[in-house]
Amino acid sequence: MNPLGKLSWSAVPFDQPIVMGASGVVILSIVVVLGWVMLKGYVPYLWNEWLTSVDHKRIGVMYIVLGLIMLLRGFADAIMMRAQQAVAAGGAQGYLPPEHFDQIFSAHGTIMIFFVAMPLVIGLMNFAVPLQLGIRDVAFPTLNSVSLWLTASGILLTNISLVVGEFARTGWVAYPPLSELKFSPGVGVDYYLWSLQISGVGTLLTGINFVTTILKTRAPGMGYMRMPVFCWTALASNLMIVAVFPILTATFAMLLLDRYLGFHFFTVDAGGNAMMYVNLFWMWGHPEVYILVLPAFGVYSEVSATFSGKPLFGYRSMVAATMVICVLSMMVWLHHFFTMGASASVNAIFGVASMIIGVPTGVKVFNWLFTMYGGRVRFSVPVLWTIGFMVTFVLGGLTGVLLAVPPVDWQVHNSLFLVAHFHHVIIPGVVFGAFAGYVYWFPKAFGFKLDERWGKATFWCWFIGFHVAFMPLYVVGLMGMTRRLQHYDVVSWQPWLVVAAVGVAIILAGVVCQIMQFVVSIRAREELRDVTGDPWDGRTLEWSTASPPPAWNFAFLPLVTDRDAYWVQKTRARARQGQPTQLHQYQPIEVPKNTSTGFVNAFFAVVTGFALIWHIWWMAALGAFGGFVTFLVFAFREEEEIEIPAETIARFDRVHPTRVAP
Amino acid sequence: MRHGTIAILLTGATVLGGCSEGVLDPKGPVAAAERLIMLNSTGIMLAIVIPTILATLGTAYWFRASNTRARYMPDFDYSGRLELLVWSIPIMTVILVGGVTWIGAYDLDPPKPIAASEKPVRVQVVALDWKWLFIYPDQEIAAVNHLTIPVGAPIRFELTSSGVMNSFFVPQLGGQIYTMAGMVTRLYLKADHAGTYRGMSANYSGAGFSDMYFKVNAVPAEQFAQWVAATRTNGPRLDAQTYAALAKPSQAVAPSTYRAVAPDLFNDIVSDVGRIAQSGDPLCLAALPFQKVEK
Repeated sequence: MNPLGKLSWSAVPFDQPIVMGASGVVILSIVVVLGWVMLKGYVPYLWNEWLTSVDHKRIGVMYIVLGLIMLLRGFADAIMMRAQQAVAAGGAQGYLPPEHFDQIFSAHGTIMIFFVAMPLVIGLMNFAVPLQLGIRDVAFPTLNSVSLWLTASGILLTNISLVVGEFARTGWVAYPPLSELKFSPGVGVDYYLWSLQISGVGTLLTGINFVTTILKTRAPGMGYMRMPVFCWTALASNLMIVAVFPILTATFAMLLLDRYLGFHFFTVDAGGNAMMYVNLFWMWGHPEVYILVLPAFGVYSEVSATFSGKPLFGYRSMVAATMVICVLSMMVWLHHFFTMGASASVNAIFGVASMIIGVPTGVKVFNWLFTMYGGRVRFSVPVLWTIGFMVTFVLGGLTGVLLAVPPVDWQVHNSLFLVAHFHHVIIPGVVFGAFAGYVYWFPKAFGFKLDERWGKATFWCWFIGFHVAFMPLYVVGLMGMTRRLQHYDVVSWQPWLVVAAVGVAIILAGVVCQIMQFVVSIRAREELRDVTGDPWDGRTLEWSTASPPPAWNFAFLPLVTDRDAYWVQKTRARARQGQPTQLHQYQPIEVPKNTSTGFVNAFFAVVTGFALIWHIWWMAALGAFGGFVTFLVFAFREEEEIEIPAETIARFDRVHPTRVAP
Repeated sequence: MRHGTIAILLTGATVLGGCSEGVLDPKGPVAAAERLIMLNSTGIMLAIVIPTILATLGTAYWFRASNTRARYMPDFDYSGRLELLVWSIPIMTVILVGGVTWIGAYDLDPPKPIAASEKPVRVQVVALDWKWLFIYPDQEIAAVNHLTIPVGAPIRFELTSSGVMNSFFVPQLGGQIYTMAGMVTRLYLKADHAGTYRGMSANYSGAGFSDMYFKVNAVPAEQFAQWVAATRTNGPRLDAQTYAALAKPSQAVAPSTYRAVAPDLFNDIVSDVGRIAQSGDPLCLAALPFQKVEK
C-alpha cells in the first residue's frame, strides 16, 4: 500500500501546458517574493509584526491582501472562460478541453465567493468595526488570528489543487449526484470540500467574534442607535454567518461521509436524496449573498454620508431595513431551484418572499439618494464607486426580481441571463463596495491617501468594462444559451460573447490601473500623507485617532453622546475654541500579546486537509494531533497581555496630535 | 450613458430575440405566457428603476460641492413624509409584481394540463450521460437526441434521469424542469407553429454537457403520424439490454430511433435507479425481473 494514499507523481499534470504554465508563474512569484523578503531581512519583522499579530487592524489588512491576491487568480479564470466562449462556436472546440474548462468555472465561482468576496468583506469589518465602536480590539483577538489563518489554509489548499491533482468539475455549488464518488471519482471535489470546511470554520469563528464584539464591547455611551451603520450591517452579516455557516459545514460533512465512508445522504441509490443537498446548500447560499452585500451597503452608507458632509438620511430606516434583510434572507432559498418541480403554492410563496427583500433594499437606495440631497458631494473615488453602484445595482436588482417570478425563472434559470444577473448584483454590490472601503480606509490604515487619478481610472474601467462584459450575457441568455458550456453550436451567440470578452479586457485595464494606483501612491506617499487622522472630514470614531492608529487605537476610550460621534466632537470643539482644553492623565494600557497560535494551527490544518484529500491517513492523524497540541499550548500560556506604559502613549499622542481632544 | 446601455440592451434583446431562437420568440402558449409575464414585470419595475437612476445622477450632480447654487442642509437627515415615500414605492412595486408572480405561478404550473381539443401526446424523457432519450409510450417508439411532436396537441412530459441531474429545456416552447434520478417531474408544453426548435440540458452535468442539445421538430399531425409509422418499421428495439448499452456515458451522440419499446421501461428506470447505481453498472438492469411488465 502506498504510504502516500492516492498521491503519486501522476497527480501533477505535466502533460497540460496551460496548467503547468499557470502553476509555474504562481510558484515563481511565490519564490521571488519569499526570496526578496529573506534577502532584505524582513522575516523577523513579518513574523513579529504581521503573521503573529492579533491586532484587528493588521488582521483586517491581511484579509484584504488575501482577497486581492485571490481576485487576481479568480479574474485569470474569468479571462480564460471568456476567451474560450468567444472562440468555441459552431464546430470549434476552443483551446480548453472540457475537463479543464469545467475545473476553471468551478474554481472561479468558489474562489470569487469564498476567497475574494469573503476576505475583502471580513477584512473591512476587522479593520473598521472596532475603531468605529471606539474600542481597542475585538472580543477574542487570538481567535481572530485563528480565523484569518484558517481562511488562508483553505485558500492554500485550493491553490495546491492547481499543481497537485485537480479541482472540482462540478460547478461551484457541487450538486450531487454529480459530486458523488460515482460521478466524480477524482480528488477535485475533495479539494473543494476540505478547503471550504477549513475556511468555513474560520468564518464561523469570525462570526462569533464579531457578534460578541458588537453586542458586548462598545465604547461607553455607544448605544445601539448610536452605532455607525457599517457596524449595524456588520452585526447583521455576522449574525447570518453564525446562523447559516453551520448549515454549510453540516451539508459538506454529509457529502464527505458519502464520499469517504459510503453513506447515502445524497446518492441516487439507497434512499439518498440529492435535492436535500440543493435545499441545504441554498439555505446557506442565499443568506451568504447578504452576508457579503450588507457590509458593502454599510460602506456605501458611510461614504455617502461622509462625502456629502451630512448625516445618513433615515438612519432608523436603514437599521430596520438591514435587520429585515437579515431575517428575510434566510426564508427565500427555494428561489434557486424553482425548476425542481415543487408545487405552485411553494413556488408562489418563495417567489413573493424573495421580492419582499427588494423593499428594504429599495429603501436603502432611496436613503442614500436623500443623503446626497442637500449635501456638498465631493466626487472622490469612494463616491464614484458608490454612485456607480447605485445606478448599476438597481438594474441588477430588477433582473433579480424577474428571476424571483417563477414563470420567468423557468425560462432563464441556469442561462447566461442568470450569470449576468448575479454578477450584476455581486460586482457592483460587493466588489465596488469593497473597493470603496479600500480607498476610504486606506489612509487610516497606512497614513497616506491613494492616488485619485489612478483611482478614478480604475473606477471607469471597471464600470464600463462591467457593462460591456455582462450586458451581452443577458442577451445570449434570453437567446437560450445555458451557462457552463465549453463549446456551442449556435453561431449567432458568438458576436455577443466576443463583446463580453472585450468587456473583460476593459476590466483587466481596471485591474492594472488599481495596481498602478497602489504603486504610484506608495512612491508619492509623502505628498499623500495624512497627518490629521481625518483626511475626509469624517463623522465616525475611526477618524478621531491617528493614521495609522496605534496598537491601542485610542489613548482614552471615547465617551459617545450622539450618533456620528466624531462629527459631534468636532462641532463642539469648534464651539469652544479658545478655551483651554483639560489635561489628561495617561494610564498604561494592556493590549493582547501576539501569538503564533493561528499560524501554527493553520499549518496543521493544511497538513490535515491535504492528507484527507489524498487519503494519507497517518498524516491526517498527525496533523489533527498537531492542531490539538497547538491548542493546548495556547490554553496553558502564561501571559496573554502586554502592558504599554503611559509614557509611550503620551509620547505617541504628542507626536500625533489629532484635531479634537477627547 | 446608463440609459444608453438599457436602450441597447432592450433593443438588442428584442431584435435578436425576434429573429432567432430564444425565449423572446415563443412558438407555443406556455412560452408566450411566460414572455408576457417577463415583459410585464420588467415594465412595472423599469417605471421605478429608470426614475431612480436619473434621480441619483441628478441629485449627485446638483449637490456637487462646487455648485454654489445648491442649498446645503447639513442637518437634513429625517423626514417622515419622505420615509413614508421611500417605503411605499418599493412596497407598491412588489405588490404589483408579486400579484403577477402569484397568478403566474399557478397558471403556468408545469404539471398543469394545457386545455386543448386534441388529446395530449405523452412523452417520457430520460436524461442520460450525455444524451436525451424520448419514449413515446402510447406509440411504443423511442428517439434519442431529437424530439418530434405534433403541432397543436399538448405534449405531456414525464421526466427523470439515469443518474446526474439535468434540466429539460426548449426555450421557444416553455420553461425548463429538472430531471432527477429516482423521481419524476411533469411538464406540459405545446407548439402552435410548425418548425424546428432548439432543446437542451440547462443544468451542467459533466464532461459531455455541452453537446447535450437536441432538435425539436414540431410537425403537423398527419406528418407526425407518418413519422411514427416510419419509425416503427426500422431500428432496434429498446429493452433492458439496449437501454443499458445506451445508458453508458457517451458524448455528442447522433440522433437515432427505436422501432419498439419494452412496456413500462420508463417506470423501471425510475424505480430501479437505486439498484443500477448501487452496482455501478447499468448493465445489471438486464438482470432485473422484467416479468412484471408483462401484466
